[in-house]
Amino acid sequence: MSAESETSEKAPSGAAGGPPLLEMRGISKEFYGVRVLDKVDLDCKAGEVHAIVGENGAGKSTLMKILVGAYTPTEGEVRIEGEPVSFSHPLEGQHAGVSIIYQEFNLLPDRSVAENIFLGREPKRGLLVDRRQMEERSAEILEQLAPDDPISPRAQVGLLSVDRQQTVEIAKALSLDSKIVVMDEPTAALAAHEVERLFEQIERLKERGIGVVYISHRLKEIFEIAERVTVLKDGERVDTKRPSEVTSPDLVRMMVGRELDQYFPQRADAGSRGPVKLRLRGAANYLLSNIDLDVHGGEILGLAGLQGSGRTELARAIFGADPFDTGKLELDGKEREIRSPREAVAAGIGFVTEDRKSEGLALMQSVRDNVALAWRGLRRSLRKQHELEIGELTKAVELRARGLGQEVRFLSGGNQQKVVLAKWLATEPQLVIFDEPTRGIDVGAKAGIHDLIRGLADEGVAVIMISSELPEVIGMSDRIIVMRHGSIAGELAAGPTEAEIMFLATGERDIDVDQPAATAAGGERQQQEEEEEGS
Amino acid sequence: MNRAVSRPQPRVSVGGPWNKVTGAFGAIARTTSGPVYLVLLVVFIICFAVVTIDGGEFLSVDNVRDMLVRSVALGIVAAGQTLVILGASLDLSVAYVISLSSLLGAETMDGQNGQIITGIGLVLLVGLGIGLVNGIVITKLRVNAFIATLGVGLIIRGYLEANYAGPAGKSAPDFLKLGFESWGPIPLSVILLFAVVGAVWALLRWSRFGNRLYAVGGDEQVAKLSGVRTHRVIITAHVLCALAAAITGLFLASRLGAGSPLVGQEASYDLQSIAAVVLGGTYLLGGRGGVLGTLAGVLILAMLDNTFDQLEVDPFAKDVARGLIIIAAVAAYSVRWRRRRRSEQAAAEGVEPPAGGTPALQEGRTT
Repeated sequence: MSAESETSEKAPSGAAGGPPLLEMRGISKEFYGVRVLDKVDLDCKAGEVHAIVGENGAGKSTLMKILVGAYTPTEGEVRIEGEPVSFSHPLEGQHAGVSIIYQEFNLLPDRSVAENIFLGREPKRGLLVDRRQMEERSAEILEQLAPDDPISPRAQVGLLSVDRQQTVEIAKALSLDSKIVVMDEPTAALAAHEVERLFEQIERLKERGIGVVYISHRLKEIFEIAERVTVLKDGERVDTKRPSEVTSPDLVRMMVGRELDQYFPQRADAGSRGPVKLRLRGAANYLLSNIDLDVHGGEILGLAGLQGSGRTELARAIFGADPFDTGKLELDGKEREIRSPREAVAAGIGFVTEDRKSEGLALMQSVRDNVALAWRGLRRSLRKQHELEIGELTKAVELRARGLGQEVRFLSGGNQQKVVLAKWLATEPQLVIFDEPTRGIDVGAKAGIHDLIRGLADEGVAVIMISSELPEVIGMSDRIIVMRHGSIAGELAAGPTEAEIMFLATGERDIDVDQPAATAAGGERQQQEEEEEGS
Repeated sequence: MNRAVSRPQPRVSVGGPWNKVTGAFGAIARTTSGPVYLVLLVVFIICFAVVTIDGGEFLSVDNVRDMLVRSVALGIVAAGQTLVILGASLDLSVAYVISLSSLLGAETMDGQNGQIITGIGLVLLVGLGIGLVNGIVITKLRVNAFIATLGVGLIIRGYLEANYAGPAGKSAPDFLKLGFESWGPIPLSVILLFAVVGAVWALLRWSRFGNRLYAVGGDEQVAKLSGVRTHRVIITAHVLCALAAAITGLFLASRLGAGSPLVGQEASYDLQSIAAVVLGGTYLLGGRGGVLGTLAGVLILAMLDNTFDQLEVDPFAKDVARGLIIIAAVAAYSVRWRRRRRSEQAAAEGVEPPAGGTPALQEGRTT
């Protein structure tokens, strides 16, 4: 399994005749009776890049997890080189020649490149690990991937740049003799020149006769490298096309294909905007620079941007979790300093975090205890009349639970979010920040959360809403701030197009995508966690 | 474990101040156990100075030998403890395993040289069994390591208390040589210590098990997806740790001439060994560190003990000082680590703002 023999072995001849390298037929997948994939077909030939596009939740990741063996399909068949296969674990997929490169790398940051590449398959000489062989073989593969500037096999992975970490992942796949390499949003974290390098590496994979299944939100890339593209929507395959047969607006239409803003509550009237509640001038910390921001009472300020653009970081800074180092922060016109979440809560700021399970709720505790949490932190007591208030608060948010004593872990995602909201309502906030308020919540319950957020603004509270789902940002916000690289890239009035937001978010002119390149992985990852908990 | 989720941690190759230091010193300082040697040096200088000013002798052959011999027992347990901690586990049963082993060894030998091999063999066998139980309970029954090993430890303690009121058995005369004789100027027991530490070091660096142990401790999910049989690795680490405790018990039986049901608990080898490992720069949550750091940690503790003994300080003050030093050292490592991550993050942000891509700076909010 030396690397030289691999290169000469499979010329791109695999594209002709015979069974395709990969065939997936009629794949369906259900979780607890919910169908997330419905009879999807997909194939990939040797030396081909087959792209898969679709909105968040269209089923791309589920399909890939079935391909690599992380999930077993409810129905359908997977064949590799004509042979039916059935994986019950990603390792079995690996042995059969299927590797996946997740957006979140599977690398150990504290270990060396070679140790990562050969983890679990360390070459041995006698009883000992043959480090020299391990490093030489790594070096060989790494040099093929990046001949100009190969990565040292001894470098510590955690200290490499993102694209080089990705190269290590690709090298790992090659060292496994993979026939099929799945790449999940490989360019999401890369800079433009790094993307070029990735494409060169993909070309080399193609030359070796490897089939690449490529998931991306960036349609432009698909026209650049893919031989075919399959569009998924709501768990179904819409169509498979050659890029030459379609334009990017066609693809977007196939991906979205539904009316927007039908289920968003009415926006506030222009006149109902209240005074400025929060004002930031030149605020900065080690993740954010030069933030100028006004948030008015009664308005919903949407905060958009790619993953890692600093949206959550800004929310955390305002909330005192990672305070600003410099700049000015005013609340209700008075200059304040907020150095901890406790001070933020005392000042009337609420923060509905992105990850409600670990940051928003004490899952093992009752609805009552959770609602009282922020407020107890301030006042230290819970008397009888408070019990009544908690009842009213849960009614106000239309919580559906068996009672105040129910443990929140048994509630649905939507109801859990309502508990978090009730918790903040209890502190009578002036400003509430929502970070991905409807992530992992099913469509029906989303509308309920949206109504509650709007209701809060209607009562004069200032609302900041972070969301990676552009339809949500557009449908909900009275004003939108777009962030990029830790600072504010621009501001948009109510109802912009998705392209306008993406232009600001990426700084790229030629936007082909009406989709956030943002947090597909985030949402789906959470979904996956939930499933794992259940098993 | 939430750590599996917050994985990407992309960093730019601009590191903390250590990365600028080149040469051998830089190489040592960059390793995770690097700062340990700094602490070792500082403690050494202070102890040396204090004892010398007091009129004592710190670096005399006798004193150094005494310090080393006193490090043997803790050093061997801690070497074993390093393995389980690197695998993100823990072993609280070691103190009881030590007591049990000392008794088992001394009783089997019963003062006869012919029984030495049998005694050692039996003790190692029992140690292996206990390690297996620990490992299996943790991996297969999914009991948290803290509880699993505490439970196993309590079971052993119950057995010891029911059957022994005090020291029992008699170590074979030839076996006493391990505790008291020297090879040239070097006590046999110190050779034993270095042999154990050396073996663990080699295991970590040169064996597949070692490589995988770091992987399992660093991120179990990554290890699993790379084909590592994680349970096997954890069980092996626990077996080796229990064996190290068994060897410690044998060594103590040789020093005491008999077995004692309390010898492990009295010196609280369970918590002391964890303290030594952590003082040695190994990350308590696994995946980072090494046994040479642990050795340094043990030596730091031994120098402190020796200094306090020479100064004839109240033994309670000794414990206070130990506690303070452990906390201070670990706080220093942790601050240093956070700084380094921060500077890398800032660098990741400031460096060449890419068009169309984003440096993922989600890192700061995890863990």
